This record gives sequence, structure tokens and C-alpha cells, in this order.
Amino acid sequence: MLQPLIYDIGSPGRMGVNLPECDVPKVELPAALMREELPLPEVGEVQVVRHFVKLSKLNYSIDQGLYPLGSCTMKYNPKINEDAARLPGFAQLHPLTDESGSQGALFLMHELQQWLGEISGFEAVSLTPAAGAQGEFAGILMIRQYHIDRGEGQRDLILVPNSAHGTNPATVTMAGMEVLELPSNNKGNVDMDALHAACEGELRDRIAGMMITVPSTLGLFEETILEVIATVHDAGGLMYMDGANMNALMAAVKPGALGFDVMHYNLHKTFSTPHGGGGPGSGAVGVNEKLAPYLPGPIVEIVEDGTADREEPVGATYQVARNARSNDGRPNGSPLQTSAGEAVEPPLYGFVMPEKSIGRMKAFHGNFGMHLRAYAYIRVYGDSGIRDVTRYAVLNANYLRAKLMQTYKVPYPRYCGHEFVLEGHFDDAEDVHALDISKRLMDYGFHPPTNYFPLIVPEALLIEPTETETKADLDEFVAAMERIAEEARDDPELLRNAPHTAPVRRLDEVRAAKELVLCCAPAKAAASV
Amino acid sequence: MGEWKTPAELKYAETDEWFAVDGNMVTIGITDYAQDQLNDIVYVEFRDAGDTVDAGDSFGEVESVKAASELYTAVAGEIAEVNMSLEDAPETVNADPFGAGWMVKISASDLSPLDGLMDAAAYDSYCDSR
Repeated sequence: MLQPLIYDIGSPGRMGVNLPECDVPKVELPAALMREELPLPEVGEVQVVRHFVKLSKLNYSIDQGLYPLGSCTMKYNPKINEDAARLPGFAQLHPLTDESGSQGALFLMHELQQWLGEISGFEAVSLTPAAGAQGEFAGILMIRQYHIDRGEGQRDLILVPNSAHGTNPATVTMAGMEVLELPSNNKGNVDMDALHAACEGELRDRIAGMMITVPSTLGLFEETILEVIATVHDAGGLMYMDGANMNALMAAVKPGALGFDVMHYNLHKTFSTPHGGGGPGSGAVGVNEKLAPYLPGPIVEIVEDGTADREEPVGATYQVARNARSNDGRPNGSPLQTSAGEAVEPPLYGFVMPEKSIGRMKAFHGNFGMHLRAYAYIRVYGDSGIRDVTRYAVLNANYLRAKLMQTYKVPYPRYCGHEFVLEGHFDDAEDVHALDISKRLMDYGFHPPTNYFPLIVPEALLIEPTETETKADLDEFVAAMERIAEEARDDPELLRNAPHTAPVRRLDEVRAAKELVLCCAPAKAAASV
Repeated sequence: MGEWKTPAELKYAETDEWFAVDGNMVTIGITDYAQDQLNDIVYVEFRDAGDTVDAGDSFGEVESVKAASELYTAVAGEIAEVNMSLEDAPETVNADPFGAGWMVKISASDLSPLDGLMDAAAYDSYCDSR
């Protein structure tokens, strides 16, 4: 074992801190809440620090190198985001602080709602969903409620292409609706014949909508997207866009302008907030005017107009909003002045539940720390910078695709968006599979790409370099992939046993899937299960 | 490619199930090609014996280290028997997809949908084309 569990390095009575004398009256816990056994780790501070530092050194992160995990947009998270999120005024703001005491935070959320709406062409945005899958769930619940309110509650079918993220059909099922799967054609687009058949046949009156990812999970722009949208709208359905791949669209294509009714954003993908360990995620949803009344709440709105000039630079307005309110939220005695000497009064921001809201998705106001980071990201780049993000993301992906096409089979050889699919398999090296190539990449110092997804490509390797990689970084990755392709022919065992240099060798995925022993309790107890 | 077995006496669906007919009893499993593509199968789940299914319905699902897939029946009827031994030993599907790896037996109300399925030669070329 590389590093024992924290439960296995302590001993009874050991602790990291000495608690001060209790200076409030002691209260007994209710008997029903008392437990005899509470197997928590008992460790000193230095043990805790060493334990987690050792674990962190075994990890791989975007701060170390390329992380081309397709579909996940593992882009670099600029450190200025972290500075913003740690500003004490934000970091120490309690979620139950009343609105008058949190005008700065509300201002920021309001601005972020507007920016996200602007980027994607939507009327209104709610920041509350906790992650992408919850954003999807919110979107489909809104579509369902929209139909019910129009007396069309029989609409219970959602079309989902077979290239979709697995969360799409799961969302439909969670929302109490049914999936109608659509095939893809040989260019990777939705099969239009199948779509027309579904929307114009006997199921027409049951079509509630369609969930589609643009660009698709193959990294390809749906060339017939306008016809897809028109066909579903004609049948009375609404269009949901899975915004997972927004990194290929920002400042280039507005989904709202294409005709989509609702989409979710992954702030933890497109807008550089951390995934996983540094998370949590954030899955804001944007909607057009049809669905705006149904947004999950609360959303932030201006509840009382001010006289501050909305055209002023954001920072100035924020200062005004922050300074000019006293503790009760009302303007201070001496109002601020514009440079022209006119008195200004900032607007008052407040939390509002939309008129027919599907309700809350999460306690409080969503993952505010992620709103802050996404805000900082958009603010730093500005509109021309956001456009560059998209252009470099697409350029980098197409550069890698063009280079790797010479060594690997690319099943859909056309311009891609921010990611593309290779087949990780060679006709003259039958025993080597996508998984072996992925594992071997670790020996070359790269995080593996996503493998075996999308499901419609055999031996899929889904590669997404993101915008921040330099040509030199990309060329190193290409060189590693070319070497691996040679090794597949010359020494397939080298690949089949990879990785050779990682902290652990090839994991037994079959055994891990079959023997679900989670060793979070003390190892001795788990071993006896 | 084309290393997988395709017994001549069976019928095959585009969704990679095989169908064996004995009277009105139809035995269903997944093909050698399917198990090869899925890789190590780690979990199976079937609907219960006694359930009735329509043609095109899902009768269960199979999960491997690579993917989870729905299983579809081409015939309607009552599920007469389920291969419970696969729940503890799903790897049997990899080892013997046409024998001990069978999945369900359906007492079919109508065998005619089987006429629309592929024979072994057609299924072979279908797999080759993928």
C-alpha cells in the first residue's frame, strides 16, 4: 500500500488541537442521538499534514501538464479566480445574511446572470443548480411544467440522440418522462429521417422536447441544427441544449439565437471553476421568455431601481452599491455623486422566486464560490478575450486532430469543435485497445483522454486539449501518441501492462466493479465484512 | 476483424441479441460480437419471470467495465425463465454467450417478428461494417 488510510495511522487519544475550557453551559445531547461507537481518525496535526501532502503528490492535475479529458473541459483555473473567492467580504459572507447586508454579492450574482444570458442569448438565468446534471434536471422539469400549464401534460417523451451524455437519459427518467433515442448518421449528425419520423408520426402529441449537445459529444457541430430545432418546435416540443461543450461556442454562436428554449452551463467547465477536489460544480440554467417564469429560484433581480448610470464601468457601480447603503439597506444620508456632480442612488438587489418557479434545486443560493470564480474569469477576459478562448480551444483541437490523423483512425474526418474522437485501435495490432493507449500515456506524463465514450465509436478516445496549451505542449502530446502507435506494433505487452511509472500499476477494473468494498471505516472492520 | 462466433441456427437483432426458437419458447442472449465489444461484463439485471413484455421492450440491462447497455426483445410474451446464475457470475456471458450465458426465455405470443431479424450471414456482415 502506498499510503495507509488516515484511520490506520492514528492511535486512541491522539489529537491535533487542545480545546479550551468550555465557557458556556453544557447541554446533554438527546439520548437518541448518542452513539457508542464513533470511529473517527485520531491523529496529530503533523500526521494530517503529511498524510494529505503525500496523497497530493500522487495526484496529477492541470497545474502539472496537459489534461485532455474530452467532454470534461479540464481547462486551467486561473489563480486570480482563487484570489477573488478568498476576499474576506465574500468568503466570510454567511448565506443567511439579509439582503441589505449582502448587496455586493447580490450585485455580482445579478451581473453574472446577465453575462451568462448575453453569452448564450437567453432571456433569464438562474445560478442555483449545483452542477451540470442538476441543471439538466431543472431544464426538463421546466419543460414538463410548461406543457402541464398549457393543458398538454400528455407530452412525456424527450428525444435524445444516441451520442448523448449518459446524464441526458438519466435526467429524463428522473423527471418522470420517457426517452426516445435517435440514431446518428455517418457524419455524426442526428439522423434527420429518424427525427422527422418521430416528430411527425403517431407519437407527435407526446413529444415534450429534445435534449441535444452542441457541438455533439463527438466534438462535431450539428450541421442541421436549425432543421432539428424547427422540426421539434413544429411538433410542439421544446429544445434543451446540454451546454457541456460551450467552450466551442462562446462569442461565436448563441444557442438562444439558434432557437433553443433552455440550456445549462457548466461553470466548472467553460468558466474555469475547479472540478472535483477544488469544486463543487455549478450548473446555471438559461431560458428564453417561454420558460423564464419557471426558473428554479431564487434568482437575483433589481427590486428597487436606483439612479446609478447602468452604463458605468462595473467596478464603479459595484462600489456605489456597496458604499451607499447603510445597514438597513437604505441609502446613506450623503448620497454619492457621479463625476458630473449628480447625486446617484444605487439599485437595490434582492432574491426573487420566479412567478411559476419549479422551486429550489439547492439550499441557499447555489454554489456562490463558483459564481465568484466564473465572474472573475469573464471579467478578466472581457468579450474579446472570451472570443479568443473559443477560437484557441477550437484551433488547438483541430491542430491535434490534423496531426494525429496521420497515425490514428479519425472516424469523422471533418472540422471539429473543441474536441475530437480517435479510434484507439490498430488493425495490425489487434490486442491493443483504447484503454492500453490511455494507460501508456501516463508513462509519458500526460493525463489520459476520455476513453470508451461516446459509445457510438468503437475504442473511442475523446481528446480535448483546451485553449491554454501552447503549440510546443501540443507537439509533445502528438510525439507521445506517435511513439505509442509504434509501440503498439513493436511491443504490445508494454502497452497492455502500462502504466509502468505511475504510483500504482494497472488497476483491476473488473474486480473493483464486482467487489464493492469501500474501506472508509477502519480497515480491520471492513476486512471482516 | 470478424473473429467472433455466429451460430447458423440463430436469429440476430441489430441491437446484438440472439434469439433461439423451440416451439413458442424463445431464448435470448447477447452475441459473441457484443460481449467482445463490451469487454468484461460485471453486472446483469433482468425483469422478473412472470412479467409480460412487448416486442421492442427492454428486458434488462448489462454492464461492463466500458458501458451499460439495455437488452431488447424482438418478441412479445411472458418471461418464462430468467438465468439467475448470471447475477453472481456475469462473466459467464463473456465466456459462453450462446450457451451458459443465455439470459431469458420468453413464452412468445407471436413468432412472426423473428422473420424480420438477421440470419447469421447477414449479422456477420452487419458487424463487419461497424
